[in-house]
Amino acid sequence: MAVKVVIPTPLRAHAGGKTAAEFSATTVQEALNKLTAEFAELRRHLYTNEGKLRSFVNVYVNGEDIRYLSQENTPTQDGDTINIIPSIAGGTQ
Amino acid sequence: MATKLGTPARPEGLSNEEILRYSRHLIMPEVGMEGQLKLKNARVLLIGTGGLGAPLGLYLAAAGVGHLGLLDFDVVDFTNLQRQVTFGSSDVGKPKTEAARTRLSNLNPDIQIQTFATKLTSENALEIFKDFDVVVDGTDNFPTRYLVNDACVLLGKPNVYGSIFRFEGQATIFGMPDGPCYRCLYPEPPPPGLVPSCAEGGVLGVLPGIVGSIQAMETIKLIIGRGRNLTGRLLLFDALEMNFREFKLRKNPKCPMCGAHRSIHQLIDYFEFCGVRGEEAPAPDLKVPEILPRELKARLDRGDDLFILDVREPHEYQICNLQGHLIPLGELARRVHELDSSREIVAHCRSGKRSAEAVDFLRKAGFRKIQNLRGGILAWSDEVDSTVPKY
Repeated sequence: MAVKVVIPTPLRAHAGGKTAAEFSATTVQEALNKLTAEFAELRRHLYTNEGKLRSFVNVYVNGEDIRYLSQENTPTQDGDTINIIPSIAGGTQ
Repeated sequence: MATKLGTPARPEGLSNEEILRYSRHLIMPEVGMEGQLKLKNARVLLIGTGGLGAPLGLYLAAAGVGHLGLLDFDVVDFTNLQRQVTFGSSDVGKPKTEAARTRLSNLNPDIQIQTFATKLTSENALEIFKDFDVVVDGTDNFPTRYLVNDACVLLGKPNVYGSIFRFEGQATIFGMPDGPCYRCLYPEPPPPGLVPSCAEGGVLGVLPGIVGSIQAMETIKLIIGRGRNLTGRLLLFDALEMNFREFKLRKNPKCPMCGAHRSIHQLIDYFEFCGVRGEEAPAPDLKVPEILPRELKARLDRGDDLFILDVREPHEYQICNLQGHLIPLGELARRVHELDSSREIVAHCRSGKRSAEAVDFLRKAGFRKIQNLRGGILAWSDEVDSTVPKY
């Protein structure tokens, strides 16, 4: 078992259509680095040019926002689920 | 209490007809006469009467919300009928608020419907919101979502939020006294062009039906004060996987809008905040050589040796095509060897945006004889061959 990273709908096109990917990782940072190493196009959607996680993208570990845990240093272990939730706005059109 | 509209004060109880209409509510202890009266006295404002607004309007009217505000500046478009189920074919071209009013008053003639056929702006939001108890956000763009949020926080109104994209939806309630606001979750909007709209990304028609119904449910629960509502929880719905997930939303103590030391005390220019000027988020303007559809037609008729490159997706090619060579934009880098740079190439897509990126990329790769079809296949249909379907 590894850490599962769920890829949200708006970003699946940049991850070869995959809905999730699994990596062995001890922190959120490690998992996301492995994710963007495998899917290079995701990098610019998740990170700014300065390497900061974009603020309209929220990352959760097992349902908890990493901003209220240890940010990208939040530890992860086998069986954990990381969810990436970008903001979406569609409603009327 | 007389309303702004000058209507008489609402009677204390329900008429016999109302009791019969809402009998299925009344026989539930969770609603009862008390709950139904709360619904009757509630004033709910729907921002947007489109995909989300359709089930919202229908179910809130059916439930007997006494005063429904409908805000939308748009007219019914043919492409709306795939999901905006308050409207019918005969409504195409009519203002959405009027078409919705007709449908909802037929469903429930006892409620009051107040329409605002106007754009929501920083100048009018506070004035419009202040007479309502609950605001329901069914809009479709980031600037308006931040505007609705901020106005609700400033006025202390709950904001029942729902949003959709293709086959994924989100729902929660912002703006409750100890709850988070939209900025707690998303302090900054995405730069324009990074997150596609429904017109560009598409949307499964039923999706706003589900998410809007969830918003209607949460609105009713807020009004009657029953159940556990979505404050502090983000409900994420994946229609393809058919699952619901929940994420904790915390009030950000440092939120500039609703935190203890808030720094925002009035509405701002939201288009500037979102880096957008005007109604739509324009993609970065690419200056590439262009050819107009009529010019292309003339050259093809003349027998010029042109290579037509289509950078759309396979499923779009099946809708209509100019018999071009299909290389989806995302694959262009890998498949550039399929192109002969000694030939004259005209690249096209649906509207001209993706093909402009393709031309830009190929020019940087050394292609010299390449042009973008301005307006894409849509413009071709408009200006050259109307038998080509638009989509």
